[in-house]
Amino acid sequence: MQPAVKIHNLHKSFKELHVLRGIDLDVQQGEAVVLLGSSGSGKSTLLRCINFMEEPNEGQVRINGDLIGTERSGRMVYRESELCKLRTRVGMVFQHFNLFPHKTVLENVMEGQLVVLGRSKAEASEKAMLQLARVGLAEKAPEYPARLSGGQKQRVAIARALAMDPEVMLFDEVTSALDPELVGEVLKTMRQLAEEGMTMVCVTHEIGFAYHVANKVCFLNEGKILEQGPPQQVLKNPKTDRVREFLEGHSLFKLP
Amino acid sequence: MQHNWNFSSVFAYWDVLLIGLSGTVKLFAITCIAGLIGGLVIGILRYSKNRWMSYPARLYVEVFRNTPVLVQIIWFFFAMPVVIGVEISAFMAAFLGITLNTAAFSAEVFRGGIQSIEREQWEAGKAIGMNYGTTMRRIILPQALKRMLPPLTSRGIEVFKMSTLASVVAYPETLQQAKLIASYEYNPIEAYTIVALMFFLVLLPMVQLTYLLERRFGKAD
Repeated sequence: MQPAVKIHNLHKSFKELHVLRGIDLDVQQGEAVVLLGSSGSGKSTLLRCINFMEEPNEGQVRINGDLIGTERSGRMVYRESELCKLRTRVGMVFQHFNLFPHKTVLENVMEGQLVVLGRSKAEASEKAMLQLARVGLAEKAPEYPARLSGGQKQRVAIARALAMDPEVMLFDEVTSALDPELVGEVLKTMRQLAEEGMTMVCVTHEIGFAYHVANKVCFLNEGKILEQGPPQQVLKNPKTDRVREFLEGHSLFKLP
Repeated sequence: MQHNWNFSSVFAYWDVLLIGLSGTVKLFAITCIAGLIGGLVIGILRYSKNRWMSYPARLYVEVFRNTPVLVQIIWFFFAMPVVIGVEISAFMAAFLGITLNTAAFSAEVFRGGIQSIEREQWEAGKAIGMNYGTTMRRIILPQALKRMLPPLTSRGIEVFKMSTLASVVAYPETLQQAKLIASYEYNPIEAYTIVALMFFLVLLPMVQLTYLLERRFGKAD
């Protein structure tokens, strides 16, 4: 079986700033991969290159075997229509939820299905209710986002992405903007997705989540993957001082 | 100074005033709709990152926003036949002046409204596979419109009153008709008082309607 995501020699620069410096990464189907690293290490940029919110400057991305873009005189070129289609196959959830405030919860989850996938209203609403039930928010369907808590908003955002029936889900620091007591409900939803076999790539600072849920952890440093492997290995017996240092920083004030 | 108030000399010409009012409403409706549509197009061009689109749009906005509508109407009426050899009607001259000016004004409102929507909303649309146009139409504009409603409705009220400028080229709107009555009956004070009253009576309920509209649009907050 081919990997759900296959990244080869990916480079990304913003003006002179060379953020990604040659990333190779395979995400197998049904696998949950967590990207760790300090801020500025390039983990969010890597995630955003998978669904081409950022266009890489060099390298290749394959989604379930399909190469994204076409090579023209040694450079990859991307058409907007191709990228729009790709983004229906790769869902993304953001740090700040980014729900549509002028639409109800149900309409938020229906929007992409109606406008992009061309599903009928009846089908879109049925699928939306299914996904809302999956994240435990079916009863909030008629509410506007402004009436929800942060954790609920984020779960709606997850349902909105899931409603497109994506092959891969990307999570970009989705608990970083939440009150500590709301983090749990979102992580629980993500864990449930992982257990149901959803292919996921997550950027997060929740080391515990990485340890308990991820199949693979990648540690990024200065635009490269410094270490990768099963969480027990990378998080418990890191090979490099850099990763050890990073993990120590995270456990500085752990309860005894 | 002694003045014999004589409003009946104005009311005697109620049919003449009614023709004027219908002329006003017609000019208002057409210039308002055309100006808003034009403004939306120019506003979107002005927002574009492509210089070949945004610069001409900007030039247009600056020219028409920074010249008096009255002068534009006169200019269209008297200069068009000279410049392009086509005679245009009084209605056409007034229509061009008010519409092009309204388009320039509302283009800035549209651009500002679109710009005020957070970048994250674009990202959210993009992330579920929407292209630029769909995101603009389904996600950005509906939210921006809510913010643009107060300046746009106040512009609408301005346009209604601006229609009186068409009297300068003798288009039969309310003020022009009152001028006629005044010149027959030598009662300009009464005639123009009635004009003011007519505008007030039409605009007051319209303004109430815009409040209602703004409240309805705000229901998601």
